[in-house]
Amino acid sequence: MTVAVDTRLSFDDVSMTFPDGTEALRHVSFGVGRGEFVTVVGPSGCGKSTLLRIASGLEQQTDGAVDVDRGDLGYVFQDATLLQWRTVEGNVALLAELDGMSRGERARRVAENVSLVGLDGFADKYPRQLSGGMRMRASLARSLVMDPAIFLFDEPFGALDEITRERLNDELLSLFQRNGFGALFITHSISEAVFLSTHVLVMSARPGRIVGTHDIPFSYPRPPELRFDAAFAELCGEVSTSLRSAHQ
Amino acid sequence: MLDTPLGQGEAIIATQTVAPVTTARRRRGRIDIVGPLLVFAAFIGIWYLMHHWALRAIWDKPNFLVPTPHNVVRTAFFTNENRATLVGGLRVTATVAFLGLAIAIVVGIGLATLMARRQWFERSMWPYLVALQAIPILALVPLIGSIWGYGLSARTLVCVIISLFPIVANTLFGLLSADKGQHDLFTLRGVSPSTRLWKLQFPAALPAIFAGFRIAAGLSVIGAIVGELFFKRGDKGIGILLDTFRNRNNYPMAYGALIVAALLGIVVFVIFGLISRLVVGKWHESTRS
Ligand SMILES: Nc1ncnc2c1ncn2[C@@H]1O[C@H](COP(=O)(O)OP(=O)(O)O)[C@@H](O)[C@H]1O
Ligand SMILES: [Mg+2]
Repeated sequence: MTVAVDTRLSFDDVSMTFPDGTEALRHVSFGVGRGEFVTVVGPSGCGKSTLLRIASGLEQQTDGAVDVDRGDLGYVFQDATLLQWRTVEGNVALLAELDGMSRGERARRVAENVSLVGLDGFADKYPRQLSGGMRMRASLARSLVMDPAIFLFDEPFGALDEITRERLNDELLSLFQRNGFGALFITHSISEAVFLSTHVLVMSARPGRIVGTHDIPFSYPRPPELRFDAAFAELCGEVSTSLRSAHQ
Repeated sequence: MLDTPLGQGEAIIATQTVAPVTTARRRRGRIDIVGPLLVFAAFIGIWYLMHHWALRAIWDKPNFLVPTPHNVVRTAFFTNENRATLVGGLRVTATVAFLGLAIAIVVGIGLATLMARRQWFERSMWPYLVALQAIPILALVPLIGSIWGYGLSARTLVCVIISLFPIVANTLFGLLSADKGQHDLFTLRGVSPSTRLWKLQFPAALPAIFAGFRIAAGLSVIGAIVGELFFKRGDKGIGILLDTFRNRNNYPMAYGALIVAALLGIVVFVIFGLISRLVVGKWHESTRS
C-alpha cells in the first residue's frame, strides 16, 4: 500500500516475540493515513490484537519501528470496558477527566458525543442496564470525546448480533467521515471489513505477516445496500480466497 | 503489574466469606415473610416443649434451666430495672464492638492498599494475616488480658484482631478485581498510581469491601462478648452480664442477655447490608457467580 501524505500511524518492519518465545508478528510494514480506514483480517491467534497493543504502546515490539502520536490515539477494545460504577455519562467523560480537560469543555463534549452515538436518554443509566450494542456505543463515545487523529478498533462489534453490527457499521462510517480520523480496524468478518474499509490487509497464521492487500474502491458515504452489490460480493470473495490461502 | 491472581487469598476468601460478595437481591416474595415466621413459631414451640415435657422427664427442673419464652421476655424486657441493666450492657458491648470494627476498617484498608500496591509487601504480610486468622481467639484473649489489662482497650484489641482478616482479605481481593481491559484503559492515559487506585481500583473493590465489613462486623460483636466473658472485669457488657446471671442461676436474665447479644449481631449485619446496597446497589451486578 502506498503511504498516504498525512500518515497517522506506520509500522516499519515490526516483529514481536513474547518473552515466553511466542513469535506473534514477523516483519509487518504498513501505514494508515488521514482519511484511510485500514482493516486487518486474519485467523484468530495470528497477532492482530498484538499489533494494536504495539501501536498503542501497551506492548513494546522486539524489532522494527512504530510511528504514531500516542497522545492523539483512540482505542476501542472488544469488550466495552466500561466502569460499572459510572453512568453512561460518567463513562463517556472518563478519558477527558483523566486528561484533565476543563469541566465545561468536558460536559459539552460528553453531551455532544452521547447524542452522536445515539444514547440520548441513557446518559444516567449504568452499564448493567444497557444492551451489548449500547455498551459499545458508550465505549465509542468515550474515545470520540478526545477527538483522536487515529482510532484503533479491536473487533469492537464481534460479540454483537448481525443487525446491531450492521447498524453500528453504518454509524461508524458516518463518524469516520465526519471526524476525519484514520482507522485501524480488526475483525474476523470479511463483509464487515470490505464494507468499512479503504484497504483490507490479510494476515497469515502466527507468526502474523501481511500476505495480501486489497484496495476497496467504493466511495463514501456507503449506503447499507452496498452489501448486496455484485462488486461488493466479488471483493469479499477475493479477500476470502486470500484469507484461505493464508491459513495454509 | 496488577494482574497476578492472588491464589491463596481467593481460596481463603471463598471459605471465609459468609456473606456473598454480591449484594444478594433476589426477588422478594411471600416466602420471605411467611417462611421465617413459620421457623420462628416452630422454634418457640420446641422451646415450650422442652420446658413442659422434655426437661421434666429428664431433670425434673423445668422452671429452672429452661424458663418459658414468655417468662424470659417478661423478666428481661418488661421489668424496668432488668431492662435498664441489659440496655446498659448493650451500650458497653456495642461501643467496644464498633470501636474495634472502626479501627480494623482503617488498619485493614490501609494494609490491603499497601499490599495491592507492593507485591513484596503482600507476600511478606500474607502468612501472618493467615496466622492471625488461624489463632483461636479464645486462646489469645487471656494473653491479651495479662498484657493489656482488662479495660476497654484490651477488649477493643480483641475485636480488632478478630475482625481484621476479613477486611484485609476482601479489600485486597476487591482492589485486584478490576479487569485487565479497564487497567489498559488507564495505562493508555498514563495515569499515576494514585489516580488508578482512586478512580479504578477502589470503586471496583467496593462490593468486596462491604462484604468484608459485614463479616467483620459480626465477628467484632462476637469478639466484644468473648472478651467480656473472659475478663469479667470493668464495665458490665452483655458478656459479663451473661456470665453473672448464669452463675447466679438467674436463667431468665441469662437468656435475655443472649437475645440482646443476638439482636446486636443481627442489627449490625443488617445495617452494613443496607449501607452496601445504598453505595453499590445501583450499579453492582447482583447475579455474578
Ligand atoms: N503477553 C503474551 N505473552 C505470550 N504470548 C502472548 C501474549 N499475548 C498474546 N500472546 C500470543 O500471541 C499470539 C497472538 O495473540 P493475539 O494478538 O491476541 O491474536 P489475535 O488477536 O490475532 O487473535 C497468540 O498465540 C497469543 O497466545
Ligand atoms: Mg484478538
